[in-house]
Amino acid sequence: MHVDWQPVILTLKLASVTTLTLMLIGTPVAWWLARTRHWLKQPLASVVALPLVLPPTVLGFYLLVLLGPNGPVGRLTESLGLGTLPFTFGGLVTASVIYSLPFAVQPLQNAFEALGDRPLEVAATLRASPWDRFISVAVPLARPGFLTAAVLSFAHTVGEFGVVLMIGGNIPGETKVLSIAIYDHVETLEYGQAHILSAGMIGFAFLVLLALYLANGRVGRADR
Amino acid sequence: MAGIEARFNLAQGDFSLDVSLGLPGRGVTVFFGQSGSGKTTLLRCFAGLERADGHLVVDGESWQDGARFLPVHRRPIAYVFQEPSLFPHLSVRGNLEYGFKRLAAKERKVGLDEAVQWLGIGPLLGRGPDRLSGGERQRVAIARALLTSPRLLLMDEPLSALDHRSKAEILPYLEKLHDSLAIPLLYVTHSPDEVAHLADHLVVMAAGRALASGPLTETLARLDLPIPMGEDTGVVLEARVAERDRKWHLARAEFPGGSLWVRDIGIAVGGAIRVRVLARDVSLSLEHHEGTSILNLLQARVEAMADEGHPAARLVRVRIGETPLVARLTARSAHNLALEPGKPIWVQIKSVAVIE
Repeated sequence: MHVDWQPVILTLKLASVTTLTLMLIGTPVAWWLARTRHWLKQPLASVVALPLVLPPTVLGFYLLVLLGPNGPVGRLTESLGLGTLPFTFGGLVTASVIYSLPFAVQPLQNAFEALGDRPLEVAATLRASPWDRFISVAVPLARPGFLTAAVLSFAHTVGEFGVVLMIGGNIPGETKVLSIAIYDHVETLEYGQAHILSAGMIGFAFLVLLALYLANGRVGRADR
Repeated sequence: MAGIEARFNLAQGDFSLDVSLGLPGRGVTVFFGQSGSGKTTLLRCFAGLERADGHLVVDGESWQDGARFLPVHRRPIAYVFQEPSLFPHLSVRGNLEYGFKRLAAKERKVGLDEAVQWLGIGPLLGRGPDRLSGGERQRVAIARALLTSPRLLLMDEPLSALDHRSKAEILPYLEKLHDSLAIPLLYVTHSPDEVAHLADHLVVMAAGRALASGPLTETLARLDLPIPMGEDTGVVLEARVAERDRKWHLARAEFPGGSLWVRDIGIAVGGAIRVRVLARDVSLSLEHHEGTSILNLLQARVEAMADEGHPAARLVRVRIGETPLVARLTARSAHNLALEPGKPIWVQIKSVAVIE
């Protein structure tokens, strides 16, 4: 039976780029949320958590409006000669980053909060500058948090559907990811194809989560 | 200019720290007080871990003054926390090297091998911190601190998180530090025992204020301080061994103004010896008694008296030459002896503990 690998490759590419972007954006956000006593902490934490409770269609709808040719962000990207983001791979990445933000920020924030002040204070008394303390103490001690954040961001992006449908549409090779392809197959009653992709997704999700739990279990034991 | 000049002002909720101190440029200064007295907060101000208002000058170098504030990692300090706080992701060696690596080569005055040998942690180097006992961890933490070649060493109750055996294991290392360290050590504790073993200079803290700051013996002999010492009330004398009586295994510990016979613990004539005389072991008498089992009878003058907790008890400070002692009497005895400042008196000391 012929399997169309294009959606699979596109999905993995989207999830990788999204995860990388999320690690870069989520780490400073999580660090700030974990260590600040600023009044903006709770409001920002709530904004970050919004994608957890909103239907993906709501998110997708507003992103479409914002990023579209008549939206403020859309006008900006057009005036910069970048065109508009909806129905492009770039638009999918943007939407995925926002949609998966809590899955990256929350594990990191928890890990940074669990550190407490002490290890960083010790490092400071041992002559480490703030940036040095972050790299040499906070990152290694928060490793399980980074692992969880990366795996959840990746897996959550692989599994998204509603936001993609709203902002990405169904363009083969550009925005047609796995979940959309499965939907297409079911719509056209190609159950065989749908089975292959769906079963593959289940297997993939299980393996990813198993690997995560095993890795974090080992780290937990080593720290004790 | 040797020495430490510090003034700190800090408000944290309903606690406030307001301290102004001049401390000696070497030896051990102990911040003593009950929990909540602000002694740890004060120590953190020296490290720059708390951003207090005020100023701090160490050996003529300003670390903090007005808006100028040297951040923690730029202060040449070392800090030993109450819990050893070793980095769990690094081996013992990795922990030791953490601060050491961050010094410029010419600033490294303490070598890795030296510190390892000093604290007897050679066999532990390859292990992870999770495979050390509490005492071993604190020894590694002390070595890690010393390896930053600090100009000021800060220790926050380094023994209080340890069990009795580990305490006994660490104390000799701290005494060794006390004897050979050329830099000042500021040491926080609520234990009168640690004061007796380690302090040269004593700062008594209560409610965020320094109630007293002075040389150990004189500060311990003050009767006007609410030092909550209870049965540990008494003085510690820094003396020298003047002679040894080999037959009876005794040594004569000489201090300015007199001497005491104490147990000979093998310190050579001329060596320093630290002895502790508790107020409950000192009694006073108007006459010189012959035929008593008490070995140490000394002539003194009454200097001051104070109530102590219970109305039946009185504390009396007497002075032998330049050296003060504190005696605990019943109020009735004090009345019967008609004690008053300036009165000559015989001091009988039932027992003397040799500390070091």
